[in-house]
Amino acid sequence: MNFPENLKYTKEHEWVSIEGNVATVGITDFAQGELGDIVFVEIETKGQTLSMNDTFGTVEAVKTVSDLFMPLSGEVIDVNAALESSPESVNQDPYNSWMVKINITNANEISDLLDVNAYKALIGH
Amino acid sequence: MDNNQALQSVELNDLHISLGGKMVPFAGFNMPVQYSNLIQEHHAVRNSVGVFDVSHMGEFVLKGDKALDLIQLVTSNDASKLTDGKVQYSCLPNNTGGIVDDLLVYRYSETEYYLVVNASNVKKDWDWISSHNTFGVQMEDISNQLSLLAVQGPNAIKVLQKLTEVELSSMPYYSFKTGTMAGIDDVIISNTGYTGAGGFELYVWNKDAKALWEAVFEAGKEFDIVPCGLGCRDTLRLEKGFCLYGNDIDDTTSPIEAGLGWITKFTKDFVNSAYHKSLKDNGVTKKLVGFEMIDRGIPRQHYVIKDAEGNKIGEVTSGTQSPSLGKAIGMGYVAISHANADTEIFIEIRDKSLIAKVAKIPFL
Repeated sequence: MNFPENLKYTKEHEWVSIEGNVATVGITDFAQGELGDIVFVEIETKGQTLSMNDTFGTVEAVKTVSDLFMPLSGEVIDVNAALESSPESVNQDPYNSWMVKINITNANEISDLLDVNAYKALIGH
Repeated sequence: MDNNQALQSVELNDLHISLGGKMVPFAGFNMPVQYSNLIQEHHAVRNSVGVFDVSHMGEFVLKGDKALDLIQLVTSNDASKLTDGKVQYSCLPNNTGGIVDDLLVYRYSETEYYLVVNASNVKKDWDWISSHNTFGVQMEDISNQLSLLAVQGPNAIKVLQKLTEVELSSMPYYSFKTGTMAGIDDVIISNTGYTGAGGFELYVWNKDAKALWEAVFEAGKEFDIVPCGLGCRDTLRLEKGFCLYGNDIDDTTSPIEAGLGWITKFTKDFVNSAYHKSLKDNGVTKKLVGFEMIDRGIPRQHYVIKDAEGNKIGEVTSGTQSPSLGKAIGMGYVAISHANADTEIFIEIRDKSLIAKVAKIPFL
C-alpha cells in the first residue's frame, strides 16, 4: 500500500495536496482498498463554501457507499469530471484521481491534518 | 470487531486468509467477502468458474417414518413431490404471516431428508422445526461438521467431472448424488447454487474440506478458477432475482408477496397456510419487484420508494451495481398499483428522488 510522503491526510482517509491557497483532495490507497470496486463518484457541491468535516460528495462501491468529507473549510472550486466516466481510476491510481479542489478559507486548519507517519499509525501500517 | 471472539470460523478459515481473503463478520461467522477483486470474481463465475466456501450454512438431518409429515407441516412447498436424490426450494412460514427462513429440502430416501438453512437462522429454524415435531422424527444438526463448497459457473461441470466417476451431465438441476470426488468418499454432489451461473454444491465432512478445495483448484487451473467471496455471491444472486433472507424476505413478508407463490403449494396444509391462501385468492397489496435505475444512483437496502407524486409506496430490500449488466439494479416491495413491469418509480437516494423503472426478474 502506497502513501506518498509529500501529502497530508485525514482521519476520514482522504489525502490533501496543498499549493498556495488551493487544496487538492482525493481518497487514500487504504480507503479505496476498503471500499472495493468503485462504480460511482457523486460530487454536486461545486461553487459551495463548506466547513471542515462537511460532506462534499459520496463515493459508491459495488457493496457500499461512503461520504466524502471536507478536510479543510473552503469553497469547492473544481470537481474532477473524469471520474464521472471512469470512477474505477480511484481504485487503480488513487493519488492521481483527485476529486475536488478547495479554495482554503482558514489556513489555520492545515495544522489539523495528519502527516504520512501519523496517518500510517492511524491505519496500523 | 469487538465481537471477533464470538464469531465462528469455517474449517478453511486459515486457507482463505492465506489466499488474501478479506474476512468480515457475516451471520456469526468470519467469512471472506472478497479475495482480490469483487468484479473479477463475479465475471469469473458468469463466464468460467469460481468457488465459494459457504460452510456457514446450516444442515439438519431428519430421519424417521414420519419425516415427510413434519416437513410437509413446516414447509410451504409440496415435499411429497420429491423423489430420492431430488432437491426442493422451500420456505418455513411462521404463524404471523411471514417467513422463518428459506431453505433447501433434500430427499435422500423415503425416511431420510436433509434441510439446508441460512447460517443466521440455524438456531431459530432448529427451535421452530423442533417445536412442531410431534411426529417422533429424529433430528440432528450437523452444521458444524460439514463444509460446503459451491463450485459455480459454466465450466464448473468440466472441472468437477475430472474428479469424479459420477456422471454430472446426467444430473438434472436440483438433484444430488452421494459419491466419491477427488478420492474423497461420501461427498454430496448437488446440482444447485445461488448464482444462476450453473455449477454444483459439494457437501463434505470438515476433515476432507481442504483436500477437496485443493483438488478442485488443481483441476480448475486450465479454466482460471478463482476463489470467490460473499460480495460477488450477492451481486450474482441479485442479477438473477434470487431472494436473500433478511433483505428480500423476512419474518414479516409472505411468500405470496415475495413472488414465491411457486414454492407455496396449497395441495396440503402447512403452518399458517390459510392466511397465504387468502392472499393468493384475494390478491396482495404489496409485491416484491425488481427495478433498474434510469437516473444515475445505486439503490441500497431501506431506501424509500416513491410514486411520481412523492408518496411512499415501498422500500428497497436489495440493490447494487450489476457487474454483468453495467447498471444499477434492485428489488423492493411496492404497492400493487406500481408493480407492473416498466412502471416508473422513484428511489430516494440522499434526499433526491431518482427515476427507476420496474423490471422483470431475473434481470439477466
